[in-house]
Order: sequence, then C-alpha cells, then structure tokens
Amino acid sequence: MAELTLTPNIDGGDDFYAELIGAHEGLSREESEAYNARLLLVLANHIGDRDVLKAAIDAAKRKD
Amino acid sequence: MFDDRYTLAYRLYPYEKHADQDKPAPVRHPVVVMGGGPIGVATAIDLARQNIPCVVLDDHEGVGMGSRAICFAKRCLEIADRYGAGKPMVEKGVTWNLGKVFHRDDKVFEFNLLPEEGHEFPAFINLQQPYFESFMIERLYELQSQGAPVEIRGKNRVDSVDVKDDHVTLEITTPDGPYTMEADWLIGTDGANSPLREMMGLEFTGKVFEDSFLIADIKMINDSFPTERWFWFEPTHGSGASTLLHRQPDDVWRVDFQIGWDVDRKEELKEENIRKRLDAFLGEGVEYEMVWSSIYTFQCKRMKEFRHGRVVFAGDAAHQVSPFGARGANSGMQDVDNLGWKLAMVIGGKAPESLLDSYNHERIHGADENILNSTRSTDFITPKSEASHILRNAVLDLAEHHEFARPLVNSGRLSVPCVYDGSPLNTANALSGGPEITRPGAPCPDAPLGDEFLLPRLGDRFILLTIDADGPDSFEEDGVEVTRLALSADDDKTGALAARYLGEAKSAVYLIRPDQHVAARRDSFSDTQFRKALRRATGKV
Ligand SMILES: Cc1cc2nc3c(=O)[nH]c(=O)nc-3n(C[C@H](O)[C@H](O)[C@H](O)COP(=O)(O)OP(=O)(O)OC[C@H]3O[C@@H](n4cnc5c(N)ncnc54)[C@H](O)[C@@H]3O)c2cc1C
Repeated sequence: MAELTLTPNIDGGDDFYAELIGAHEGLSREESEAYNARLLLVLANHIGDRDVLKAAIDAAKRKD
Repeated sequence: MFDDRYTLAYRLYPYEKHADQDKPAPVRHPVVVMGGGPIGVATAIDLARQNIPCVVLDDHEGVGMGSRAICFAKRCLEIADRYGAGKPMVEKGVTWNLGKVFHRDDKVFEFNLLPEEGHEFPAFINLQQPYFESFMIERLYELQSQGAPVEIRGKNRVDSVDVKDDHVTLEITTPDGPYTMEADWLIGTDGANSPLREMMGLEFTGKVFEDSFLIADIKMINDSFPTERWFWFEPTHGSGASTLLHRQPDDVWRVDFQIGWDVDRKEELKEENIRKRLDAFLGEGVEYEMVWSSIYTFQCKRMKEFRHGRVVFAGDAAHQVSPFGARGANSGMQDVDNLGWKLAMVIGGKAPESLLDSYNHERIHGADENILNSTRSTDFITPKSEASHILRNAVLDLAEHHEFARPLVNSGRLSVPCVYDGSPLNTANALSGGPEITRPGAPCPDAPLGDEFLLPRLGDRFILLTIDADGPDSFEEDGVEVTRLALSADDDKTGALAARYLGEAKSAVYLIRPDQHVAARRDSFSDTQFRKALRRATGKV
C-alpha cells in the first residue's frame, strides 16, 4: 500500500507556489474556487490510489 | 366510503363479492399479500408457481394511471422471465444505449452503454410501469386459469391487523361492507406510505430530500427525438435545475424537471404552466400531447427490520429510494425473488422459520446498497452545500475535455443486483481461481449455451451446476432436493461461461439457490461438503 507523502517532495517549491498563485491571477473569487476544485480533481485522479487519497483528505483537515 | 386515491389505467381486477365475506367465521389463508402493486403481484406469482395458496388484497381495482417507473434493469427482467412475463416486457419496451450529458447549454459528453455480450436480456429497458404491472397481472390470471391457487381481490382495503404469534387477523373493508380474514403469513407490499407499517407502529427512517420534481410524459406529434437519454445539469432554458429526457414506448417521452422545494404544486401542475416549461425546453414548433404529469418529492428510507414474526415487508413498504438509478421496482422484484422460495420452504416444512431471518439480512443489505447509490446520485444532481455544488460543476467542466472525469458524473447509476456478501446462507468460497462475479452470495450471471441461455436452465430450484466436473444427477438432504445441471466449458463457444464460472479453474461445482444466487462452490463434488452447504443455505446450520 502506497503511503501519503507528508515530507517535502516538490523540487523548486517556490516556483511551484508562484505558478499556483499565478493561475488564479485575474480570477474572481468564484472563478478561483471553481479552478481550485478542478485542479483538485485533476491531481486526485493522477494519484488514483484510494488509500492515499483518503489519507490526504484526512491530512488536510484542521486538527485543532 | 370507498374513494379511489388514484385514477386507474387498467381495471384488471374489478371487485367481486367473495364467498369468504358471508362466512360466519373468518377464513384462514396460508398467505395474504396486502397491496397489489408490482411487488405484491410478483409475490403472488412466485408463490403460486410453487403451489402455495395466496390471496392478494388491493384497495383499488387495477393498475394506477401514470407511469412512475420507466427503467427496468436486467435482473428484474430475468426474474420476470422466470415468472413467465419477461419476454412481452422486452418486446414492448424500448432498448437504448446512447446517452448525452449537458451542462448549461453545452454538451459535456456522450456515452454508449455497449451491452455485455452473452446475456439473454438487455441491461435495461424503458417501459411504462402500467405495462409492467399489466403483464404481471395477466400472467397471474394465466396461472390461475391453469389451476394455480392464487387470486386477487379488488376494492378490498385492509383497515386494521392484529398480529399474533402464529397468524394475523385482518379487518377488510369492501363496497359490500367489512369482513374478517386470517392469514398464517401476511406480506406487506402496500407501498411507500404503507398503512400496514402505521398499523403496526413501525418506523421508517432515513433522509428526506428537499426538492421537487415535475414529471411530464408527452407524446410527440410531428417531431421525433432520438432514442437516447439526455440529462441536463443547470439548463439555461429556465425549466429547472436539472432536466431528464427519456424515451418510452408508444412515442412517449418522459421529461423530468427538478423545480426546487418551495413550489406551488397546484400552480405548477396547470397544463399551461407545464407547457411553458416544455416549450422553453423543447424549442418552438415541437408539437406534443400531454399524457400524464405529476410532481413528486422523494426520500431514502427503510424499515429497521423487514420481518416481524408472521408479517414480512417487501418493496416500497420496506424501503424507499430516490428514482435516480431506477432502484425502486427493480429492488422490490429482488425482494420477492429472495422471499418466495424461503417462504414456500418454511410453509412446506422443509426449512425452519429462521430461514426467513436471512431474507431480512440479505434484503436489508440490498436496500442499504440501493439507498447508498441513489443518495449519491441525488447528491450529485442536487448538491446540498455550496462546496458540493462547486465540486459537482468542476466535475462537469472537466468531463467536457478530459475523459477521466466522466465516470464521476453521476446522473443515476444503473441498478445492478446486490451480492449477498456475508450472508449466513453462504458457504465460504472453495474454488481457487474462480471469478469474483460468481463468488458465494452473487446472483448468477447469464451465459449463452448454443441457442439457449443459462439462467432459464437453472430455473427456480436448488441446482448443482457442474462444469467439466462429476456429480450425482440429484441428491436429497432433509427433504430438500438438488438437481444437477451438467455443463462443459465447450457448451459455450463464446467463452463467456468459462470466463464467468471457471476463471482460472479447470472445473467447478456450484450449489445454486432457487433465486439463482450462488450458495457454495468448489472445484469438484464432495458429498459431505455439498450436503453441509445445502443445510446452511436452507437455514439449518
Ligand atoms: C417518479 C418515479 C419514478 C420511478 N422510476 C422508477 C424506475 O425507473 N425504475 C424502478 O425500478 N422504480 C422506479 N420508481 C419506483 C417504483 O414506482 C416503485 O418502487 C414501485 O411502484 C413499488 O412497488 P410496490 O408494489 O412496492 O408499491 P406500490 O406500487 O406503491 O403498490 C402498493 C399497492 O398497495 C395498495 N394499498 C395501499 N394501501 C392498501 C390497503 N390498506 N389495503 C389494500 N391495498 C393497499 C395500493 O393501492 C397499491 O396498489 C419510480 C417512482 C417514482 C415516484
């Protein structure tokens, strides 16, 4: 069973982050929300593994 | 005193005074079925075919007007065929494979539900419920004329019941006044609002969905739409939050508009207002006649237990699902399929009463699966929160361009029969390399056998199916008989039989229940093991 990676895993994290922000440029709040949802689905499909997805859904929850 | 609650499409069982009504003491019947909808009639046919006397009581005199169910799935048709009513349904019904999904005004994608080869029946047909019911009632009368101990009494309304340990007393109202009847067993198939549930003070719990749907069945006059299923999410023609267009026989199309919760039903149901919606949706110049219209809301609910001593519930009375995915009548037919042989065995003294608890177990499992699936479709079609609305639309947007998102689009999942995993009647799998789809608990998939098909050969008795394996022609254990059906993988040149029943195995022996679910399987026959499996499958272990 594959495990969810929760340690740094992106090469050039700053670049990635800038690209992510950049994708939202000029979008209204509503458009941004829609975009986030689409991006999420694209990434989820790429991962595919249901155990990893489940772990990710949990990991993203606020723990406090 | 005796008003109809709905208009009849076909008056198939007009009231006739029965001799029972003048008897000084109540007459006792082995089985009384309360409610002559599709599920009650199916129950009667199932029992009649096993020679168990059965009386159906209905508070109307025939089949209700207006088509509620239109989509009947393969398993349901296979069961109806076993009862002798499946073929006319398929003949009359519309078979379709092509579907289109739209979001706002754009086509998102289209799909072709290419049917799997090697099944006698299609994956589903569209057929108005009144036709479905009529074919079944005709079949019931046919059996009756051949001497089967079955009858259906119109305008016999059950007004109260007194449930005892070993029988039930029913108070019935007829146009000639009341009478009392007794039943060894009472089957409650009196629909989603089940008065019987109420009389017995039994709960029906689950989820109510705050949305209404306007159905219009229309007959096209000068225009024809293709035989496809079209589903719109958020159409901009202002006709509803989602719209479904689906073809039925007789050039009738079902249009189903989602119109929200707070609606003025009377206003919405005025023909002029329905026409306004339809015209906006179909475009100018399409001429049609209105056949039937109605507004429905729905819920996903079930009873905690389907069996209460001598009273057993089936169909909508036991569980109700949203119409998305067509699981109402389809799953009710599977209830009957499951109940019929068990009840007959218990009445015939061939199995302990506790066998009926496995009906409770297996069909609750089925109901939960159906409720889960139809709730998910409903959540997709009518998102309940802003976040789920955003995600739903994201799926639709992506589906237009990327194949990966299409399976996530859920405008109703096709009803498939449930596998009774974990049922107390199953014997653990002992066929190594055997296919998953025929594991113990699974409904037998059909397979071609030359010009014939497998399922009709299984029939409705206990069967020992041997594929390239030895076994006795029949054996009996504690009053229950098992008959062998000897096949070879070579009997089906298409390879479907081997793929569905052997998998990696070279040979296989299956014990198959009368409802065509697998009870046990091994690679070869073993007298001890199969006798044990039979005892287990009849509730004796
Ligand atoms: C809009 C809509 C679309 C649907 N589409 C589909 C579909 O595509 N596929 C599908 O499989 N299902 C569908 N369904 C569900 C399907 O219609 C039901 O599941 C089915 O009718 C249930 O059959 P039943 O025999 O259990 O109950 P019912 O059909 O409700 O029959 C109950 C009977 O009991 C009688 N009765 C009630 N009280 C008494 C009494 N006191 N005494 C005597 N008799 C009584 C009633 O008059 C009635 O005849 C749909 C439902 C709706 C509303």
